[in-house]
Amino acid sequence: MTAPDETLEQILNLAANHFKVPREKLTPDEDFFKTLGIDSLQALDLLTRLEHHFRVELPDYELQGVSDFRTLANRIQTRL
Amino acid sequence: MESFRGQALSWTLKNGVVELALHREPCNEIGSLTLDELEQFVANLDSFNNQAHALIIYSEMKPGFCAGADLRELFYRSQESAPREAVAGVRAYLERIHRVLNTIDASPLTTIAATHGVTFGGGFELALVCDLIIADKMTRFCFPELRLGLIPGFGGIPRLKRDLGNAVVRDLLLTGRSFNATKLQQAGLVSQIVGEGESLRVARATAAQLGKFDRRTAVAAKKFIKPIPYEELQREIDIFCDLFVQPAVEVGLRRFVESEDAQPYLP
Repeated sequence: MTAPDETLEQILNLAANHFKVPREKLTPDEDFFKTLGIDSLQALDLLTRLEHHFRVELPDYELQGVSDFRTLANRIQTRL
Repeated sequence: MESFRGQALSWTLKNGVVELALHREPCNEIGSLTLDELEQFVANLDSFNNQAHALIIYSEMKPGFCAGADLRELFYRSQESAPREAVAGVRAYLERIHRVLNTIDASPLTTIAATHGVTFGGGFELALVCDLIIADKMTRFCFPELRLGLIPGFGGIPRLKRDLGNAVVRDLLLTGRSFNATKLQQAGLVSQIVGEGESLRVARATAAQLGKFDRRTAVAAKKFIKPIPYEELQREIDIFCDLFVQPAVEVGLRRFVESEDAQPYLP
């Protein structure tokens, strides 16, 4: 099982890499819609990438209202 | 007409394969423009039968295959008229799109949906009429209609029931959650999962393989294995129209259309 901090770090790296944002600009508690400059369709893309990366299922409704990386990591952690 | 370039879609016939490309901004929402051009396409479909063996449907738009019905057009049109006229307009629209999709479903051509990204609602239903779904691994399938107080209206439920176990259909329909391609391959719906940006290439390779078979046999096999659930499709239109007059639908559509939320697909 991946440790919570490691899960968070992997999400930050994946988001920085895919959306071409410098990793150092991403922090765990920021609103990732604003930091990454993404819309709802790109958020779905991120959801699919996270499912593939962590080999988990992430129902959309579990991510409702989630907009920071730390909460996202916690939701993923419950499925690992 | 062996090729056509419209505002919402285009088609070409080459080497026995018809390719129908969707290219309406932002993600091929199906409104009256797309429907008009789809009707033109199916009016030509019979003429392809002697020259082609396969049809590939794909999207040129980056976000995905198709985001479904044009909900903005549906909402604003329904606001322009009295409820009874609005529902009559919806019924007429559904009957037109059902004729289009039933024609593709029953086509003697072997049909392939080459999907990527957002494949939601009516977009998912367009893929479901095809004989094979070849999905880029980033494809995301969803029936979000219950979030709007509706059921899928382009034949989704009868065609899902044709292809999948009832428990999977209930999960997709009643939760409104989206499934990735891996999940739907495990469920038995997706034929092949391919890398990002590869679905059209693999669909073309698959279509080339299909061209090696005797056409009469392929047509007979398809007709034998793929019944079209006409009665349930008609019942779906009736249920959709019954639901369309409910207040929850106007509330749901208005919330979606007027939303500035980053996640408008989540109620």
